[in-house]
Amino acid sequence: MTEQVNPAPRLDNQDPGLFGQTPSQTVGPFFHYSLPWKGGADLVGQSDMGARPELFPEDHDVLNLSPPRGAIRGETIILEGVVCDADGKPVPDAMIEIWQANAAGRYASPDDDRTDIPLDEGFIGFGRAATSEEGFYRFRTVLPGAVPGPGDSLQAPHIAVGVFARGVLKRLATRVYFAGQDANATDPILALVPAERRHTLIAREAPDKDGGVWRFDIVLQGEGETVFFDI
Amino acid sequence: MTLILPYAREDAGQPPSLHPPYVSTVPRSPRQPLVRIPQTLTELTGPAGCWDNLMGESLFDLTDQHLARPLGQRIVVAGRVLDEQGRPVRGTVMEIWQANAAGRYIHKKDQWDAPHDPNFTGAGRVITDDEGRYRFVTVRPGAYPWGNHHNAWRPSHIHLSLLGPAFATRLVTQMYFPDDPLIEIDPIANAVPSPYRQRLVSRFDIETTQPDWALGYLFDVVLRGRGATPLDPEYGEDDHHD
Repeated sequence: MTEQVNPAPRLDNQDPGLFGQTPSQTVGPFFHYSLPWKGGADLVGQSDMGARPELFPEDHDVLNLSPPRGAIRGETIILEGVVCDADGKPVPDAMIEIWQANAAGRYASPDDDRTDIPLDEGFIGFGRAATSEEGFYRFRTVLPGAVPGPGDSLQAPHIAVGVFARGVLKRLATRVYFAGQDANATDPILALVPAERRHTLIAREAPDKDGGVWRFDIVLQGEGETVFFDI
Repeated sequence: MTLILPYAREDAGQPPSLHPPYVSTVPRSPRQPLVRIPQTLTELTGPAGCWDNLMGESLFDLTDQHLARPLGQRIVVAGRVLDEQGRPVRGTVMEIWQANAAGRYIHKKDQWDAPHDPNFTGAGRVITDDEGRYRFVTVRPGAYPWGNHHNAWRPSHIHLSLLGPAFATRLVTQMYFPDDPLIEIDPIANAVPSPYRQRLVSRFDIETTQPDWALGYLFDVVLRGRGATPLDPEYGEDDHHD
């Protein structure tokens, strides 16, 4: 019997000399049947917000999930906006992810061990939405509480945002802050952003809606380009 | 509160946002410099361990989702999810999607004239075990043409999406195959500088190959690791921002 042997080694993923961070690659245009699950953009309810079911077969249920939710404290808000490119054209194949604390300012993460601040059963604070043909995305969530910053500082209520799309080779990270919050003036992260660009990180309450609808457009490039972070 | 070590910054192997040979990056990459910020509790936390509440159960066999087996070369892809210190990343979710053996996605916007396979969707997810190991079963995806430039073809690839332990460790990438001549002329793979793009090339492995059943490929995913320096009380690990 011939001994079982591997081919000669070559420079690849398993080469110890190359060990290090796996490089990022674009999410591409065809992620809709794998990543943004039905309900993924509704962090407090049981709707199917988030997915684009018209882009994959009806019988594909891999993503058909809207988990049950418990009682979630805080002010329910809608966070919505348009993603556009350098020419102002909407991006119809972007995916937006959000990560946030609950209304009390606690992250549902094993690395936030401040047990004196209550979690909300059923609220994870992570969401995913695919943009529409018009580049539009929408989340339903709660207004997050303030969370600790570096040293003794306090960060204003904010939501971390990741942007993925065809043509985006690595995630673009940004944050949503909320207009009218006094704490914005002393937020340690906003303070690092050039003053004339801070407005790109601040959602505004839509005046033509009933309230609780916050608008946050994401401009990938050009005039009004959103501030993205190196984290 | 417990002191949390920050995660390492990007290493030299990450692609730039702008890589003009990949044409879609030109209008979709920022031109303003990124604003460097310290990692705060926001970036150091993430939805670790609650993937099943978010996305549902593990679906590791992409060849077993329909009435019959899909066409194409059956393969096993296995490996580990590690941090930069080589420690396993346990219980983390890896989402997977890919074209079928003919190079066609089930996605409505994929209009290339290659056949769909009624027995293949091409989506799954796996969870790493206590040693960071994962394993999934699928068929080898085909190459397919795309509109980036004249006669452009994507190499065979499987899309991978990992949450990792924190917002800072999020990774979306693509895994390639070792015997594919299209890699060296692919603008997306080549956005990653040499030699680091070879990190994206899986290795054929006879031990992972299952006799009379499926070829085996090894692919480890390395996420950003916790750095050696604790958070500076003022501004994270340093006060350098450019």
